[in-house]
Amino acid sequence: MNFELNEEQQMLADTVERLVRNTYGFEQREGFYQSPQGYSPDFWRQLSELGITSVPIATDYEGFGGTGVENMLVMKELGRGLCLEPYLHSQVYAAGLIQQLGSLEQRQQILPSVASGEQLLAVADEEAGTHFHPEASECTAVPCERGWRLSGHKRVVIGGELAHTILVTARMSDGDGVSLFLLDPAAEGVSRTGYPCIDGPKACDLELSGVYVEADALIGPAGKAGPALAYQRGRALAAQCAEALGSMEEAFRLTLEYLKTRQQFGSPIGRFQALQHRMAEMRGELELARSMTILAACVADDPDSSERSRRLAAAKFVVARASELIAEQSIQLHGGIGMTWEYSLAHHAKRLVMLTHQFGDDDFHLGQYSALLELPRQASRQVA
Amino acid sequence: MDIHFTPEELAFRSEVRAFLEQNLPADIAGKVRLGRRLSKEDHQRWQKILNKQGWYAVNWPVEYGGTGWSVVQKHIFDEECAAAGAPRLVAFGVNMVAPVIIRFGTPAQKEFYLPRILSSEDWWCQGYSEPGAGSDLASLKTRAERDGDFYVVNGQKTWTTLGQHANRIFCLVRTDPAAKKQEGISFLLIDMDTPGITVRPIITLDGEHEVNEVFFDNVRVPVENLVGEENKGWTCAKYLLTHERTGQAGIGLSKAALAHLKDIASAETVAGRPLIDDPLFRARIAEVEMRLMAVEMSTLRILAATRDGGVPGAESSLLKIQGSEIRQAISGLMRKALGPNALPFLEPELEPDFGGEPLYRDYSASPASQYFNLRKLSIYGGSNEIQKNIIAKQVLEL
Repeated sequence: MNFELNEEQQMLADTVERLVRNTYGFEQREGFYQSPQGYSPDFWRQLSELGITSVPIATDYEGFGGTGVENMLVMKELGRGLCLEPYLHSQVYAAGLIQQLGSLEQRQQILPSVASGEQLLAVADEEAGTHFHPEASECTAVPCERGWRLSGHKRVVIGGELAHTILVTARMSDGDGVSLFLLDPAAEGVSRTGYPCIDGPKACDLELSGVYVEADALIGPAGKAGPALAYQRGRALAAQCAEALGSMEEAFRLTLEYLKTRQQFGSPIGRFQALQHRMAEMRGELELARSMTILAACVADDPDSSERSRRLAAAKFVVARASELIAEQSIQLHGGIGMTWEYSLAHHAKRLVMLTHQFGDDDFHLGQYSALLELPRQASRQVA
Repeated sequence: MDIHFTPEELAFRSEVRAFLEQNLPADIAGKVRLGRRLSKEDHQRWQKILNKQGWYAVNWPVEYGGTGWSVVQKHIFDEECAAAGAPRLVAFGVNMVAPVIIRFGTPAQKEFYLPRILSSEDWWCQGYSEPGAGSDLASLKTRAERDGDFYVVNGQKTWTTLGQHANRIFCLVRTDPAAKKQEGISFLLIDMDTPGITVRPIITLDGEHEVNEVFFDNVRVPVENLVGEENKGWTCAKYLLTHERTGQAGIGLSKAALAHLKDIASAETVAGRPLIDDPLFRARIAEVEMRLMAVEMSTLRILAATRDGGVPGAESSLLKIQGSEIRQAISGLMRKALGPNALPFLEPELEPDFGGEPLYRDYSASPASQYFNLRKLSIYGGSNEIQKNIIAKQVLEL
């Protein structure tokens, strides 16, 4: 048992932390948000030059070959800086799906350009009726000559407006499981409607009207993408816990600083016990979130098992609850100023809450854990 | 970064487990699992078994009869003991006064008291709280006035846990009434057989005689029973409280209680269906189990950080709060799992020597009384509100 970072990991964390601090101040971020692209291509280029974009991708495909721990270190700093780039959805989630499901040719063709940061990916796995259940997709893939025709409406594809390639879930027939296809968003029959999300990053809806994709656009076996989607969502949520942790740390730091400086009734408001206890409670939840983020990072790349699923569900549950608490209470403890667009705290609060709307919220994961609950009769008492 | 125990630690876990399988008396484990009361004899029998193995004074330095275990080993030991249904050790002697004597005591005190603690010949209780000194412990009023080679002690202690079994009590007493609050306090070891001591039971809301009032009326205590310097008792008190809080998250106890809760929820039926299949109740269990996992991870992180013998700081305040809340939440679910069957108050079924047929089930008598009894967790050892004050001051610097 060891919770220390090795030298290489510490260097990685320091590098990202420094880069974010130097280039992603709150005012600069507002500029990136207001720009037509909605993010900073320059920041993305720097991430690429420093090799950060390659961290989650295997060495076989010119990646760094990082584990859940390296993903955690990167995402925590991107969370602290409220970064707008689709690192999580492109480098961790989408690339992970290709790595797990893709043929050797697909992997060799796509992943190196993702690792280098040239090609951005996105995953279109949510629809009006899915709500964290991508296996319930109702988009259709109808076989045609030398390929398929995809139809349906995809919702809230994070990073989808920027992506060069989008991974799309669809179903070949009613009784069948879900399949995954590579989609060129410029293809005929694709209509993209872009918009910013309330916490900053850009997303889009996709209308697919009989879009033709070639036979080799299918990733992995037909109708059997469900387990890989679940597994990769686990990896992604582990990394997302770290993003939330970075943001929570910053929101907590800002709030603590405010309590020490804001004067009312002749003293800093941090002298009042009601507020002190609230902060102590938030500090406690933050610590639990940190512990579960570490646990999630350590098990994210374990082989699929009930134990891994339970731990990841528990991590997301604990982090989501902590995120909501810290978001709501940071605003409350700041009073009116916490509700203004011009103060970074409000944007942390928005990010923290909206992260719970991706990869399952606390209720979703409570249900997942509950379904996997280990009962004494089944349990062989666990040794580590 | 690695969340796994080392092969040596896993081997240690197996060793502890094998020892418990062979040596923990089944009748005692049964009482613990079902939440029945334990007799003095039950506690002493188990202490002697542990002592024979050399595993009783886990926290003492090796030269005094300790184990020399790492903090991780101690955690594993606690967890296995709880899982097997071993009684929670009564801490006052072996884990509270002994570390103080080892740290601040004279050679004569060490030589006299420590072996008697190891052999279970002495049973210690704690004379800290007073009617007017609870969370504000330093406002205590029990006086000790010097008279030749004796202190004459007058006053009252309260909430004295298992004082009815004890032959010795360690007390915080005021030796300099003129000094500022914390500065006039001394740490005294007192023989309970000394004339002038009266112990009166306090029956708690669950009907149990667990705590007492202890009255001191001109009790003459030899000056050699002073630990450390006169008027420096607060140093001992603080040292002891650090020890008291360590391990108060009670991870092992919560895990054992959760397993028992799942058993009860599997056995109880609601409208003909096992309660454990009720999605709402199952989710309540899931929620507390997930929080327990998070507190366990936090505990392991602190253990790893203090592996080389450091004393955990204010983080232990967080763990005390969270650990006690979880144990209370589990006890609440256990009570709820029984529905109307939690109502009957069947004291004979809770007694250590109960051998009859239970009115309903063997597990049904204790959950409601346990639930009320465990309200104490967020009160003692520095109430959870005091812990929040500590965090605000020491961690957040507010």
